[in-house]
Amino acid sequence: MDLLSLLDLSILGSTLRTATPLLLACLAGLYSERAGVFDIGLEGKMLMAAFLAAAFASLTGSVWLGLVAAIGGALALSVVHGLAAITFRGNQLISGVAINFFASGITVVLAQSWFAEGGRTPQLAGAARFENWVLPGALTRIRDIAQAELPMKIYSQLISGHATIVYVALLTVPLTWWVLYRTRFGLHLRAVGENPAAVDTAGINVVRLRFSAILIAGVLCGIAGAYLSTALQANFTREMSAGRGYIALAALIFAKWRPWQALWACLLFGYLQALALRPDILKRAIHLDVPSQLLDVLPYILTVVILAGFVGKAIPPKAGGEPYVKER
Amino acid sequence: MDKMPKWADVILLPLISLSLAAIISGLVLLATGQNPITALWVMIDGSLGSSRGWGYTLYYATNFMFTGLAVSVAFHARMFNIGGEGQALLGGVGVALACLFVPWPHWTVAVLGAMVMSAALGAVWAAIPAFLQAKRGSHIVITTIMFNFIAAALLNYLLVNTLKPVGVMEPATASFPATTHLPNFADMLGVVGIPFAPDAPANFAFIIAVVACVAVWALIWRTRLGYEIRAFGQSESAAKYAGISPTKIIMISMMISGALAGMMSINNVMGEAERLVLNSAEGAGFIGIAVALMGRNHPFGVFLAAILFGFLYQGGSQLAFTLQIPREMVTVIQALVIMFTGALDYMVRWPLERLFQRLRTNAATSKTAKA
Repeated sequence: MDLLSLLDLSILGSTLRTATPLLLACLAGLYSERAGVFDIGLEGKMLMAAFLAAAFASLTGSVWLGLVAAIGGALALSVVHGLAAITFRGNQLISGVAINFFASGITVVLAQSWFAEGGRTPQLAGAARFENWVLPGALTRIRDIAQAELPMKIYSQLISGHATIVYVALLTVPLTWWVLYRTRFGLHLRAVGENPAAVDTAGINVVRLRFSAILIAGVLCGIAGAYLSTALQANFTREMSAGRGYIALAALIFAKWRPWQALWACLLFGYLQALALRPDILKRAIHLDVPSQLLDVLPYILTVVILAGFVGKAIPPKAGGEPYVKER
Repeated sequence: MDKMPKWADVILLPLISLSLAAIISGLVLLATGQNPITALWVMIDGSLGSSRGWGYTLYYATNFMFTGLAVSVAFHARMFNIGGEGQALLGGVGVALACLFVPWPHWTVAVLGAMVMSAALGAVWAAIPAFLQAKRGSHIVITTIMFNFIAAALLNYLLVNTLKPVGVMEPATASFPATTHLPNFADMLGVVGIPFAPDAPANFAFIIAVVACVAVWALIWRTRLGYEIRAFGQSESAAKYAGISPTKIIMISMMISGALAGMMSINNVMGEAERLVLNSAEGAGFIGIAVALMGRNHPFGVFLAAILFGFLYQGGSQLAFTLQIPREMVTVIQALVIMFTGALDYMVRWPLERLFQRLRTNAATSKTAKA
């Protein structure tokens, strides 16, 4: 038994990287669902953003323009979801399903039409990608890191050396907490997800509030998607979001719709994903052949267990999924 | 009085939604530099222009009939079963177990055994989320989504570790024995002397799917259970007051739904591939959602919508083959159909209702003016 190897710094570093898109999408879902709008379409918005980021970064050579395009694309899908779910009071789940299919299809159709590389975008390099930050004083050469003391190793391997978006995602957690629990907007947002009629009676515009929530969700999904194709990978490939939107949804339930808990849930699910890529480490640690398929689905199984209320009950916002109809 | 006549609700509304989806799809094609009219012609010619085309169209339609019925039965109880994909994968495992490990004397018995096994495993896979919904209040949509992923991983594990023959690299079962071979359309129509393309995959499962449509119609509108399911779907509190057990209705409707999704595997696993491969359902479980919405949850509507989607699927592969338009174009069309018939229903319905109300008041005033 060598349980310490489960805390291998390279695993923890890749945990941070795999958790980043989950975290951004999870916080996106948090804003939307706290305002009472279910959002199954996180996956589709992320995928759309991933494609647009890679496409525009490749066409313009600037990753920042790619990011802008990604956010724009995710916002456009958010507006469609808002029209269906808020304005026309349609079924929010069906709208989300449609958005996921739409993104899954249109990204490949456009990629093929623009680049003719079998539904991919060209490889990105240089300024068309988010580079990894090296924090001041951090070591970069593998040999130097191997010889360094533990605190220096942690600083160089775990804290330093990630793309900008990783740090942005981490900062979004306290920011979301502050917005949600310390601002007037956050109070209204939480209230509109529990009892929109009361919010309406208080003279606050329910429709505008819910739209702002899903637009924030769109921005966060846009950043998450851009991270996938311009930082984690160096191009867009079909279905590259690979179920991350659903894992984010699972993490949101796991976190019971709270920001700090969302961070821990995403780190846990990110850790499982990172571990699934390194079966050798798990084998060394517990001397058991754990099927990689089991690690892949552990987030889903854990979420079902949590949802079933066997380990603490997950109670969603009360007005979630219900379109608001103003009484006359 | 209804806000608009029934024919407008049942025929006009879906037609308008479908046209909107078609128009936007055409715009997407234009934007990618393709001629939508040419594309439509290629689709029609490739899917309906030959018996081989029909063979593929009806093969896909068979899949979608099963999954569309599955979604619509659950919809009647106001359960949104997104888990058709996972239930179909488990149904495939049932078919594989039945075909590989039982020495069937003839396909007529084999198909019965495979139906029972696929329906049973599909039902079990739907029963767990149903139980959690009924007893623990876990949202059925989220749990069925999770169960899709768990089913895919389970199938992956079974194929890689237990069902794969020794010494083979590909994660797939061995081919099923010849006695489990289902007759295809060429075999069946050949008996009465009608020629049909022998290489088209439509098979006996199509007949089972049509029977399933009739059976679901009878269940929903002609039995006590169907009445209870509809009553529960209309109003849970009223159904409870009438002595209908919510747990019973949720469990039974979801298990019927899962069984129907599972039985899809008679078509794709037993009838076509004749072995079980990874991701065997190929998204048909999700298309069931579009088919059920389009077909207004009525088995006859599901039958027509399934054929429409069969046409889209076969036409889509012709687009890829002839015009080099990616197959994913079909996914876009499917998404638009779901969006317009499902989520944006009010957007189309609202102006239509206004129009009919205005027509009605006009007719009423002109009548009184004459008198």
